[in-house]
Amino acid sequence: MIQVKGIHKSFEDNHVLKGVDVDFHRGETNLIIGSSGSGKTVFLKTILGLHQPDQGQIIYDGEVLSEMSKQRAKKLRQEIGMLFQGGALFDSMTVAQNIRFPLEMFSEMTEHQMDERVKFVMNRVRLEGADSKFPSEISGGMQKRVSIARAISMSPKYLFCDEPNSGLDPETAIVIDQLIHEITHEFGMTTIVNTHDMNSVLEIGDHVIFMKGGHKVWEGNSSEVLKSTNQDVEEYVFKSKLFKQVRQALR
Amino acid sequence: MITNFFEGIGAYGVLMTKVFRKPDRWKLFYRSTIKEIQLLGIDSIGIVVILSVFMGAIVTIQTAFQLSDDPLIPTYYIAMATRESITLEFSPTVVSLILAGKVGSNIASSLGTMRVTEQIDALEVMGVNSANFLILPKIVAQLFFNPLLILMSMFLGLWGGAMAGDMLGLIAFQESISGYQLEFIVFENVIYGLIKSVVYAFIIGSVSAYSGYTVKGGAVEVGIASTNAVVRSCLAIILSNYVLTDLLLN
Repeated sequence: MIQVKGIHKSFEDNHVLKGVDVDFHRGETNLIIGSSGSGKTVFLKTILGLHQPDQGQIIYDGEVLSEMSKQRAKKLRQEIGMLFQGGALFDSMTVAQNIRFPLEMFSEMTEHQMDERVKFVMNRVRLEGADSKFPSEISGGMQKRVSIARAISMSPKYLFCDEPNSGLDPETAIVIDQLIHEITHEFGMTTIVNTHDMNSVLEIGDHVIFMKGGHKVWEGNSSEVLKSTNQDVEEYVFKSKLFKQVRQALR
Repeated sequence: MITNFFEGIGAYGVLMTKVFRKPDRWKLFYRSTIKEIQLLGIDSIGIVVILSVFMGAIVTIQTAFQLSDDPLIPTYYIAMATRESITLEFSPTVVSLILAGKVGSNIASSLGTMRVTEQIDALEVMGVNSANFLILPKIVAQLFFNPLLILMSMFLGLWGGAMAGDMLGLIAFQESISGYQLEFIVFENVIYGLIKSVVYAFIIGSVSAYSGYTVKGGAVEVGIASTNAVVRSCLAIILSNYVLTDLLLN
C-alpha cells in the first residue's frame, strides 16, 4: 500500500501539486486521470522519489520515503517496477538482455536461474521468440510488453506506469491494459497508472483518481466514473463524441 | 554568461563525484568497459593511422623545405626536428583534438539520446547510479586506450615522415632513423606525450559525458550537446596543453 499525505510541489513560482491526499491499495490497479498540465506526471514522479516534495509524506507500506536511510531507499527502488511512456528500453541491449538487466544488477541468482526467470516473464507477457531482437526491431506494442517484462522481472511490490497506451492502436492498447491488470492481481502489486485514456479507465480502473490544477478533484472506481456528478469529471470524461453518446445511452 | 560558466563547473564537479564511486556490480562494469574500449578506442585506430602517417610526412616535407637551403645543416636534422614536432605536440595534441571530435560527439550523443528517451530515468528508478554505470566505463576506456593510440600515432608519424622523406628524395630512410635516435630522451620524447594523452583522455571522456548526460529536451538539444561536447573538449585540451607544456618542460 502507498499512502500520499498532503503533498505539495513547486518548481520556482509554479505550484504544481497543492496538497494531494490519496491511498493506493495493494492488488488494485490505481489510475490517475486528468488533462495535460493537471500535475499527473509530477505527482507520479514525486511518489517515485524522482522529485522531492516541498511538503507532505509518501508512505510505502508504513515507511516514510523521506525518512528512509540511503540503503533502504535503494532497496525500495528494487521493489519498484516502472513502465515508461516511451518504453525506455536500453537500445544497445537485446530484448532478453533488457529483461535480464535488473536481475544481473541486483539479484544473487545464478546464470541458470536468471535464464529461467527471463523465460518465465517473457512467456508471461507473450514475448516468446523475441529474445534476440533489439528494441528497434520490434513494434511499439512489443516494446511496451518488453518494458512490462523488465519491470516485473524482479517481482516488484509496486508497479508504476506512465501513459502505457500512448502511441498504440486500440487493440494493442487493450492487450497492454489487460496485461497490467492481470499481473497486478496475479502478483499482488500496488499498481499506479497515469493515463489519458478513458478506455483504460473503464477496462482496468479498480481505483480512479481525477486530478485538476494540482488537486485531487474526484476519487472512485471505473463504474462510478460514468455516473459522477462532479462537473470537472463530467467535462473530462464526456468530452469525446463517443462518450457523449454513451452518456445519452446511459440516461 | 560568467554565472553560467561557474554553474557549469559546479555541476560538472557534482557529476564527477557521482561517477567516481564503487560500481554496483564489477562484472557489468568490466563488460561495459570492454564494450567502450571497442567503440571508443579500437574503432578509432583507422583514423589515427591515416592521420599520423600523413602528419609525419607533411612535417618532414615542411622541415626539409625550411632547412634544405642551408648546406651547413646536416640532413639528419630534418629527422630530429620531425621527431620533436611529432612526439611533443602533433601526436599527443592534434590526435587528441581529432579524437575529441570523433569520440566526444559519440559519447555526448549516446548519453543525450539515453536522457531524452528516459533510459537514464529508467536506471535511476531501478536504483542504479546511472552516472557511475554509464560514464565511468567510458572514462576508464579512454584513460586506458588513448595513451596506446598516441604511442601508435608517434610511431606511425615517424615512419610516415621517414617514408615520405625517402620517396621524395629529401632524406634517406636510414638517415631518418639515425636522426630520430640522435639525442633521444625517453622522458622528453615519450613520457611527456603520454602524460598529456592521459589528461586529454580524461577531458574527452568526462567533458563529453557531462554535455550528453545533462541534456534537457529532444533531438535538437542532443545535437547541440554533441557540438558543445566537441567545442568544450577542444578548448579544455588547448588550455591544459598550455599548462602542461609549461609544467613539464620548464
